[in-house]
Amino acid sequence: MGWLLVNGQSIALNGEKSLLDVVQNAGIDLPTLCYHPELTIHGACRLCMVEVKGRGVVAACHTPPESGMVVNTNTALLRRLRKMALELLLSSHDRECTSCSRSGNCTLQGLAHRFGIRDLRFSQDDTDRLPIDRSSILVRDPNKCILCGECVRICGEVQSIGVYDFAHRGAKMQVTTAFHQELADTNCVHCGQCAAICPTGALVIKPQIQEAWNALMDESKTVIIQVAPAVRVSIGEEFGAEPGQSTMGKLISALRSLGASKVFDTGFAADLTVLEETEEFLGRIQKGEKLPQFTSCCPAWVKYAEQFYPEFLPHLSTCRSPQQMMGSLVKRYYAKASGKRPEDLYMISIMPCTAKKFEAARDEFTTLGIPDVDLVLTTQELAQMIREAGIDYTSLPETPPDRPFGFVTGAGVIFGVTGGVSEAVLRLAHERLTDTELKNAAFTEVRGYSGMRSWELELDQGTLRLGVVHGLANAKAILDDLRAGKVYFDLVEVMACPGGCIGGGGQPITNVNGQVRQERGAGLYQDDVVTAVHKSQQNRDVLNIYADWLDKPGSPMAHEFLHTTYRKRGAQWKTSGRAIGKA
Amino acid sequence: MTNTATNLQMFETGSSTNFLDAVLAKHGSEPSALIPILQDIQENDRYLSQEAMDQVAHALDLSAATVYGVATFYAQFSLEPKGKYVVKVCDGTACHVRGSLPVYEALRKRVGLANGTFTTTNGRYTVETVSCLGACVLAPVITINDQVYGHLTVDAVNMIIDTLEREGEHDD
Amino acid sequence: MIRTGEDIQVVQQSYGQALKRATARIVVCAGPGCVASGSPLVYQALLEELQKRNLYTTVDCLMEEERDGSGMLVTNSGCQGFCQQGPLVRVEPEGVLYTKVSPADVLEIVDAVEAGAVVKRLCYREPDTHQTIVHEQDIPFYKNQVRVALANCGVVDPGDIRAYIHRGGYQGLAAALERTSEDVIEIVSRAHLRGRGGGGFPAGRKWAIAARQEADQKYMICNGDEGDPGAFMDRSIMEGDPHSVIEGMLIGGYAIGANTGYIYVRAEYPLAVKRLQQTIAEATKYGLLGNRILGTDFSFHIHVKEGAGAFVCGEESALIASVEGRRGMPRPKPPFPAVAGLWGAPTVINNVETLANVPRILTKGADWFRSIGREQSPGTKTFALTGEVENTGLIEVPMGLALEDIVFQIGGGIRGGGELKAVQIGGPSGGCLTKEQMGISLDFDSLQEVGAMIGSGGLVVMDENTCVVEVARFFMNFIQNESCGKCTFCREGTLQMLRILQRIVDGGGTEEDLDLLVEIGEMVQLGSLCGLGKSAPNPILSTLENFREEYLMHVLDKRCPAGVCNNLRRFVIQADKCRHCAQCAKVCPANAITGSRTESYRIDQGKCVKCGACLSACRLDAIEEVY
Ligand SMILES: Cc1cc2nc3c(=O)[nH]c(=O)nc-3n(C[C@H](O)[C@H](O)[C@H](O)COP(=O)(O)O)c2cc1C
Ligand code: SF4
Ligand code: SF4
Ligand code: SF4
Ligand code: SF4
Ligand code: SF4
Ligand code: SF4
Ligand code: SF4
Ligand code: SF4
Ligand code: FES
Ligand code: FES
Ligand code: FES
Repeated sequence: MGWLLVNGQSIALNGEKSLLDVVQNAGIDLPTLCYHPELTIHGACRLCMVEVKGRGVVAACHTPPESGMVVNTNTALLRRLRKMALELLLSSHDRECTSCSRSGNCTLQGLAHRFGIRDLRFSQDDTDRLPIDRSSILVRDPNKCILCGECVRICGEVQSIGVYDFAHRGAKMQVTTAFHQELADTNCVHCGQCAAICPTGALVIKPQIQEAWNALMDESKTVIIQVAPAVRVSIGEEFGAEPGQSTMGKLISALRSLGASKVFDTGFAADLTVLEETEEFLGRIQKGEKLPQFTSCCPAWVKYAEQFYPEFLPHLSTCRSPQQMMGSLVKRYYAKASGKRPEDLYMISIMPCTAKKFEAARDEFTTLGIPDVDLVLTTQELAQMIREAGIDYTSLPETPPDRPFGFVTGAGVIFGVTGGVSEAVLRLAHERLTDTELKNAAFTEVRGYSGMRSWELELDQGTLRLGVVHGLANAKAILDDLRAGKVYFDLVEVMACPGGCIGGGGQPITNVNGQVRQERGAGLYQDDVVTAVHKSQQNRDVLNIYADWLDKPGSPMAHEFLHTTYRKRGAQWKTSGRAIGKA
Repeated sequence: MTNTATNLQMFETGSSTNFLDAVLAKHGSEPSALIPILQDIQENDRYLSQEAMDQVAHALDLSAATVYGVATFYAQFSLEPKGKYVVKVCDGTACHVRGSLPVYEALRKRVGLANGTFTTTNGRYTVETVSCLGACVLAPVITINDQVYGHLTVDAVNMIIDTLEREGEHDD
Repeated sequence: MIRTGEDIQVVQQSYGQALKRATARIVVCAGPGCVASGSPLVYQALLEELQKRNLYTTVDCLMEEERDGSGMLVTNSGCQGFCQQGPLVRVEPEGVLYTKVSPADVLEIVDAVEAGAVVKRLCYREPDTHQTIVHEQDIPFYKNQVRVALANCGVVDPGDIRAYIHRGGYQGLAAALERTSEDVIEIVSRAHLRGRGGGGFPAGRKWAIAARQEADQKYMICNGDEGDPGAFMDRSIMEGDPHSVIEGMLIGGYAIGANTGYIYVRAEYPLAVKRLQQTIAEATKYGLLGNRILGTDFSFHIHVKEGAGAFVCGEESALIASVEGRRGMPRPKPPFPAVAGLWGAPTVINNVETLANVPRILTKGADWFRSIGREQSPGTKTFALTGEVENTGLIEVPMGLALEDIVFQIGGGIRGGGELKAVQIGGPSGGCLTKEQMGISLDFDSLQEVGAMIGSGGLVVMDENTCVVEVARFFMNFIQNESCGKCTFCREGTLQMLRILQRIVDGGGTEEDLDLLVEIGEMVQLGSLCGLGKSAPNPILSTLENFREEYLMHVLDKRCPAGVCNNLRRFVIQADKCRHCAQCAKVCPANAITGSRTESYRIDQGKCVKCGACLSACRLDAIEEVY
């Protein structure tokens, strides 16, 4: 494939698409603000400039490498260009670092620091400040937007929703919603991917930390906290650990020292979900109706289906998500068991997810004005609280979660990664369908990170066809194919976020890319390996709940407390549909 | 001026559904039809209402943010109703060096435009600048509803508006 | 219906014979300039007068009845060039040119045509010699021109395809279809036709790249966006000789293997849109567009796309985005459109004038084309000559003509005998040339060398009453409004440059500002994503280099020598002339004037808002405006 010279060093070409990839592979960190390997090339920030002999200055992110190129990444001219670009960006930026939620992990701030931007020679016009949207789960501050378009592309290309686009032009250009609507009024499904990818503080998660402190300090409340599987392999990143390293034990200790009276594992509810969802699935197979069955534990996907594909709503599993099952367990069962009134229990979820905040607020999950889950905090928010409390995370002891909802099987843990729910369900469904015990519970065929995977499982009774997608654009593709009768599936797992919940919008921002996500996923699979029990049906505590309260999977009691209904959301088209083209 | 009368009606009521249907039928529903569709709506309604943009987004299966982005990119589109007389003052190079700005200022003053506004409160006049109308030899040039006036002076501007005003009296 | 090359010749001959049978043909200019100065009324009056005298005939009548010498034709034409003198009326076949014609002159003109005489008072008069010039070709404005792209513009009736065919139209197409597409590309390459849209990229090379691509679908796009303020050449061709554009596209389409073409016309040219649509319909009716053209396997269809008001849509990838229905934001290149353009298909984009040259190259040959102009810039270039020059209008000259020849010979020098200060060439991406640079040869490469650009061909002549700093600010403001906003340097850099320039014309600039302007300008040139940003600093950098003195006067002395920058005007009372009448103080809205019975009045420059009221109030002319 040839070779080229980067700063005098000879680099072999290996099919890289851009000069940027080549330079990065050569160990040189070129500054970028508008490039993301999983999105189309935009070429707007102009920071990735390099000098190519004979061609002058070019932007590396959109220059194809050619054999024999002589590339320089660090010349006087390039330094001037980069500084000027940063100076210009900062000159129309609301530089309130001290009070900005991205301070410390902001790409823009990092670059300003790295290139030693010390004095800004340009005037700023304070008269054209734009209003901040604080109305939904995200806070959108256009005054901090550098117009890199990453949110536009991730919402359009990866999620196929297109909540944002560029509006106006020249210096008046903005990235905004249709008619500058508040996010809450759009068809945003709250996946938080835009906030996760935004290189600045222009899109951040609306903080609910104060509410958490209030509850923790309120003597009349018993605060119970549940932690989702995907959090254990990511929160350590906030405190210097490698992505994928599971720090569940420390996390539990941290929550206790913040004042939680009980800490439960959402994975326990995931095990419960497996039992319910498999029961439902086997029932549908038997009756041959409402197939494929779609998973429903991702609230962003649920909202997406409600808005854009209402005709598929009967196909969604009626199971509540693990978060809401846990809420139900705590408020309806544990309250009684521990002799407390549901209103005196305060349930906080620690989630990798911003959509879970929306889910917890749905009417369906509120009884007599009391929500099953009172507050949802993202991994990021929790890390912030730990820091605020002055807890030294790395030196915390490891403690286990509390019973009765603390024990989780490997099947419950892998819920956090794409394909995990399917694999967990298969571990039960396979046994039920073949009436034999699985020796090896791992269905590695379902694993992987390509956006759309399908797998056929040959059984005596016939073939089970499984589809696994992550990223809603992939869901859209599969739905359109199903609608057109081009494909057939029995079970389809949909997760809105790339990689599943490990790539959730509330996860730590460490320049999340495929690499980081895969390490987090590997961490979950590793937890499955080291856990004694791999199948949800072998979770004794779960079985106890049935014996004690719910009767059996799919029973009327289970339906009342663990299942839900969906609704078509009107005026879908108001901010829906594809974003045109990709340039 | 009969055209203007029907236009005015549209301006008050916005596009009727029938009109939108006809426009959609004419241009089809590929994304590339977006700009021609918006142009037809702009011409008919003299602006793009949020409802119209929303409906176009729906019909073309585009995100409303995308339609809004296109509508705000091109100078031809206006999100507010334009006046009965749209006066375009050329501020292209040729006109600029021959004094287009004094003409522009005189016009604004004559029709009584407040700072930062482009359409008079009575909805009669919209005054805007464009860059080059392609009649540079007549610089400075203005157009009023596509009628070209060349070699303008401040006095000429006042005369033209006087004439329009007199026509207006007959209208009413 | 035309099915073969011979059919074309039949039309050519029969139309020619019909023309010959007419006593005279009166051609009324219907170009934008003349229309605005009233030519439609002249046309109407002529028509009525001829009908009244029973002299009126049409080409169709003449074709059918084979009568001799029995009528006059009145036709419209596109811009005849000398718009300054419009409305223009030309009487063929002699080529008598009447200027500034009004409907009241019509009687006299018809009388004269009938009598074989000339209405001298309506003929052009040389301002210096006061000599009357009867024939168009003898007028200095026309004498130094060579018309290739504009050969038919102002001559043919743009609404009649036969008029175009009569002038040799569609023979280039016939010649092309007789050859292989490789041969066609080879001819255009050998002619070294360079793009007239500003870049100067060889058309043949572009075609060859597109032709090489393996694809089921390819496109040919004609760029009629002509966004440069102060330019109207493409408009004149589209309105005045639309068939030449269609024919050029057909030849290009055949060469690259495309069967569909788009013409992208800017929104401000509604007449051009209409004309092109009619032309396409006419050509389709004649079988020159559509399926199996001239009996070959070649099929071609053309659609007109109307722009919506965005200068940047002249840039190729932005234009494509706009045709696809998106915001006109340029995208990074490569891939170039010739490889992946409209809807991802190989697409050639050529400028209107480039395409108008193509048919002539096919009929007259590459060598003929190369015999005109410069070695590296062969052929001609059209320019819109405007600003403070005596003769404004549309011109076409061989590449390489000296700028001074255009300004002084064709343009007739500075209007009102003023002093030349600068010529702005190439619009917002070009530069300002000084008096000293008037000898420069107008071709792609010579201009590039001095940091200017031929651009699309706007030539705006400025005299000493123009402030170059203000002009630089004007261009920056234009760019700021027209930048798509995508990339950092262009969006933010031009904004900062505009703020600095505004500060300077408002009197708040410093000498450091000038250095900062250069620094930002250089970075914007290097760093921007597309041609708009890359060339946006040109007017500023070129004026900063060529007119630094004037900038320094603005920032150091707070003076504007052209007297344009309002904030820098100064009104001073000459104590010796002042008779203490206090008239000035009374009218001053800023209370800036003080004085007393005994003391002469004076103006507090800090308070003065430069309204000029005092100047006219003083009946003793004691107040002076100093620059
Ligand atoms: C900002 C910008 C504006 C342009 N405007 C025009 C235009 O109005 N007309 C045009 O023909 N080319 C314009 N161009 C050049 C075109 O991008 C393109 O190079 C040209 O149409 C190619 O045709 P040609 O090779 O025949 O010149 C513009 C380029 C830029 C960067
Ligand atoms: S976005 Fe980044 S640079 Fe801007 S204020 Fe926040 S931390 Fe600072
Ligand atoms: S870094 Fe400087 S400006 Fe920022 S908070 Fe600290 S002292 Fe203040
Ligand atoms: S949260 Fe998700 S759906 Fe909502 S705007 Fe961001 S990316 Fe789009
Ligand atoms: S909001 Fe963030 S991601 Fe979106 S364009 Fe602005 S800076 Fe980029
Ligand atoms: S994939 Fe997981 S993190 Fe992402 S929205 Fe769905 S539930 Fe939340
Ligand atoms: S240079 Fe200007 S017009 Fe071109 S892409 Fe950048 S911002 Fe847009
Ligand atoms: S120019 Fe106007 S403000 Fe200045 S001194 Fe004269 S009257 Fe007063
Ligand atoms: S109006 Fe003239 S003469 Fe009278 S006070 Fe003023 S400057 Fe003096
Ligand atoms: S990263 Fe290359 S231009 Fe932004
Ligand atoms: S500059 Fe005004 S018409 Fe061209
Ligand atoms: S418009 Fe008539 S000569 Fe140009």
